[in-house]
Amino acid sequence: MIGESMYQELILEHYKHPQGRGLREPYDTEVHHVNPTCGDEITLRVKVGDAGKILDVSYDGQGCSISQAAASVLHELATGSTVEESLSVVEEFTRLMQGRGQVEADEEVLGDAVAFAGVAKFPARVKCALLSWMAYKDAVVRSAAQ
Amino acid sequence: MTVNSLDVERIRKDFPVFSRELPDGRPLVYLDSGNSSQKPNQVIETMREHLALHYSNVGRAMHVLGAESTEAYEGARDKVAAFVGAPSRNEVIFTKNASEALNLIAYSFGNPANTDPRFTLGPGDEIVISEMEHHSNIVPWQLLAQRTGATLKWFGVTDDGRLDLAPGVITERTKIVSIAHQSNVLGTVNPVAELARMAHEAGALIALDASQSVPHHPVNVAEMGADFVAFTGHKMVGPSGIGVLWGRAELLEAMPPFLGGGEMIEAVWMDRATYAPVPHKFEAGTPPIVEAIGLGAAADYLTVVGMEAVEAHERELTAYALEALREVPTLRVIGPETLEGRGGTVSFTLEGIHPHDVGQILDDQFGVAVRVGHHCARPLHLRFGIPATTRASFYLYNTTGEIDALVRGLHHVQKVFA
Ligand SMILES: Cc1ncc(COP(=O)(O)O)c(C=O)c1O
Repeated sequence: MIGESMYQELILEHYKHPQGRGLREPYDTEVHHVNPTCGDEITLRVKVGDAGKILDVSYDGQGCSISQAAASVLHELATGSTVEESLSVVEEFTRLMQGRGQVEADEEVLGDAVAFAGVAKFPARVKCALLSWMAYKDAVVRSAAQ
Repeated sequence: MTVNSLDVERIRKDFPVFSRELPDGRPLVYLDSGNSSQKPNQVIETMREHLALHYSNVGRAMHVLGAESTEAYEGARDKVAAFVGAPSRNEVIFTKNASEALNLIAYSFGNPANTDPRFTLGPGDEIVISEMEHHSNIVPWQLLAQRTGATLKWFGVTDDGRLDLAPGVITERTKIVSIAHQSNVLGTVNPVAELARMAHEAGALIALDASQSVPHHPVNVAEMGADFVAFTGHKMVGPSGIGVLWGRAELLEAMPPFLGGGEMIEAVWMDRATYAPVPHKFEAGTPPIVEAIGLGAAADYLTVVGMEAVEAHERELTAYALEALREVPTLRVIGPETLEGRGGTVSFTLEGIHPHDVGQILDDQFGVAVRVGHHCARPLHLRFGIPATTRASFYLYNTTGEIDALVRGLHHVQKVFA
């Protein structure tokens, strides 16, 4: 009932068949983020090319279906876009996740990531969804600073 | 002996929470008592009545209410002392919780204010814990080792979740051994009498973290042979905000105060103070009065039910659960798979499914409350190479029907992630 609305088919698909998983070379920055309350972890690398184009987002980690599927969706959305575009998606995703289920998702911006809308109603799980996205933001910001 | 005489349906009527439904009309299946237990009317009413009619500060008010509050607060100490077989009521110190009790013990070691040789600690001295400890029985000792330069050592855990009592962990350099009586993850009950003997033979003191044993078994602190025993009220049908440190009187007297403040003093000058006798030396400031009284009521409640009966009931539930869980494909129990030397806490993993997802679906669809994560025992999970487990923990009010609900829920979880 409530729970299954969180476990959208798309989330389960990404969990069972993660896209772009595994750490790859070359990369500019590698970050490691953990969620201390549940032990979920992610190691994430980004490779940024000319004109801020994201050439690759590679990652490895462990955690629940929400955190792992969120990383997979992130990989799909960010790879091939630009730093600027992808950060605006991160911003919209964060807004959705922190909206306690009251925020209308912008499907134009979020694409597949709208499937996570149901997670926002579960405060304990919001951090799971955000783990890889925050790691990505951190990595991109650091790459830019290099 | 009327062991096995626990009437679970009657017991459930004492706990108002079992008369409520969860949203969407789901029944509540509470299998998270290892985290915190539910409270019976007897505790709730005792606390309510005290707050309503008898409340005042304790130990310092010269009026009827002050006297009634003091009597009830000190009466709770008597009840708790009797509940765990403390030779003297003065050996029962009220703390905030088990964590504070363990920190209090650790604080007395390597403390310049304490010159008693049993408590001196420095480089070359050793502190011994185990790999199955709750963070509350790890971090205070890490902090102590950092403060003093002493070495922190630990017993490992075997693959089937037992303490690995390898020789050489406790040595003549060991000053303090601190071990869980029952693991909050594995359910393992450790051989505390043997550990006490080993510690004492090496000239060390021994503390037991009895947070998971005092609520579930008849515990007699004198018989266990330990020097200190810590436990916590909220896991034994009492309120949160109150815990207990029992210690041998002679040791407590030798220890320095932990927190300074009102009530813990005898006389104060601008540049120094002398301290009240134990237990008050360790109870600075206004204590959790109503919580202590509630804990006294909890001890009364459990005494009336009978701790042998509680233990026997949980044993039945554990036997039933271990059997029933065996039928869930890919389920792996982390901890002993037999009843011998274990209590009513069963942690497990399901292949390919993260405990957070297990817990979420059990809760949302079946009203089954379990705990998921590392249960404040991260090193133990690292030992088993897993980030987290799902934990079902039983208490006097649980039924085999609730274990059936858990198993049904687990089958459904597997369907969702198939
Ligand atoms: C074995 C063990 N030790 C210590 C604690 C800490 O208890 P508290 O949080 O009440 O201090 C717990 C409970 O969480 C526990 O299970």
